[in-house]
Amino acid sequence: MASIGFNELFFLAQGLKWTLALTLIGFVGGGIFGLLVALARTAEITWLRRVTAGYIAIFQGTPLLMQLFVVYYGVALVGLNIDAWLAVAIAFTLHASAYLGEIWRGGIQAVPKGQTEAAKALGLHYASTIKDVILPQAFKISLPATIGFLVQLIKGTSLAAIVGFVELSRAGQIVSNQTFRPLTVFALVGLAYFLICWPLSLWGARTERRLQTAAR
Amino acid sequence: MPQTTTQEPLIALNGVGKWYGAYHALKNVNMTVRKGEKIVLCGPSGSGKSTLIRCINHLEEIQEGKITVEGTTLTDSARAIDAVRREVGMVFQSFNLFPHKTIMENCTLAPMRVKGLSKAEAETIARKYLERVRIVDQADKYPAQLSGGQQQRAAIARALCMEPKAMLFDEPTSALDPEMVKEVLDTMIGLARDGMTMICVTHEMGFARQVADRVVFMASGEIIEEGPPETFFRNPQHERTRTFLGEILAHH
Repeated sequence: MASIGFNELFFLAQGLKWTLALTLIGFVGGGIFGLLVALARTAEITWLRRVTAGYIAIFQGTPLLMQLFVVYYGVALVGLNIDAWLAVAIAFTLHASAYLGEIWRGGIQAVPKGQTEAAKALGLHYASTIKDVILPQAFKISLPATIGFLVQLIKGTSLAAIVGFVELSRAGQIVSNQTFRPLTVFALVGLAYFLICWPLSLWGARTERRLQTAAR
Repeated sequence: MPQTTTQEPLIALNGVGKWYGAYHALKNVNMTVRKGEKIVLCGPSGSGKSTLIRCINHLEEIQEGKITVEGTTLTDSARAIDAVRREVGMVFQSFNLFPHKTIMENCTLAPMRVKGLSKAEAETIARKYLERVRIVDQADKYPAQLSGGQQQRAAIARALCMEPKAMLFDEPTSALDPEMVKEVLDTMIGLARDGMTMICVTHEMGFARQVADRVVFMASGEIIEEGPPETFFRNPQHERTRTFLGEILAHH
């Protein structure tokens, strides 16, 4: 039975690096597309609202694991030979954009109607109304839910292991198989996840409390 | 009060009709507002007075008739709507200041974005109008740090920064504590003295007496009667006007 030494810990740290990289990609990609989804969901154009509602329903109604499969093998079927990285990045972006889009739609709609009316009455156009008036307020309202989703996303990256990605969970599995110390290894892996997610959850809870007192 | 009105119509409503679904909110409304004229719109709640002024700057769409502002006929085209909104400022019952921006930023946003002014130019204009409503010393505060009266005066300044030809007031003092009503009304009286064209939806009959060239009474989406304040208050023609005035004056 091998012991857990520097090499094993280094391997886990490499896995952690990929976990964080995947989260970052999902969050940045999902953030950009999620913003478009949120704007489409609150647009005045009916078909645009319907299409994005369908998009959100599909990605919220199916497991992330399945979405990863479909993108990974799906693109290969169309004849495109893409890197596992790109496939996973696309899948996480799609997944995150559906959730963030829906969270931010709620935030946008929670901004009082009078704000849009005041902007219109001043002659501001859509782009300025959204950028200068609505989004700053909507993001503040949505911040707790956004942080909550980020925590989910960090843990969700473990599913990328299924398409051959060696992120933190998969790294843990490999080290555990080599050292026959599953309990120790997965305790370490769990601790790593916890140390990343817990401060975020605390931050989310604190933001929520602060918003509640501000609204009172 | 100096006579600042001319014969030229700034705002004209012809046969305006509006429905919310099956509900007939405005019925064949005709009204002409000349440059410099001050109109007070009053009537019971649900009479369509707020709806009427919200149609003038296209916050609400009309289904019938025609609205013309400074020669531009209001249609669904973005160009017509922009042209009308450039000429007409609006003050809301609930202020609707942007809570994440300072009073100064509230005032400079539209001049910078719509008119393309530089920050310095916009701030010069903003300071002028904030001084006029006497809250220039609050310019760097956020709306929530101000009293209701100060917020509403800031909202008036924000609208004035676009240098509109006419101002619409939608019950500007209804959300205020009684002790703050006067400071807002005084600001509006000052504006009227300087010759601003104004349409005010308000229940402040003292203000109507002092400032209005014409008082327009609405009920159930129709204009029931209108006239100069002296005749309107002393000798109302319709039963509904008498009932309304009886109720509202009994409270004041």
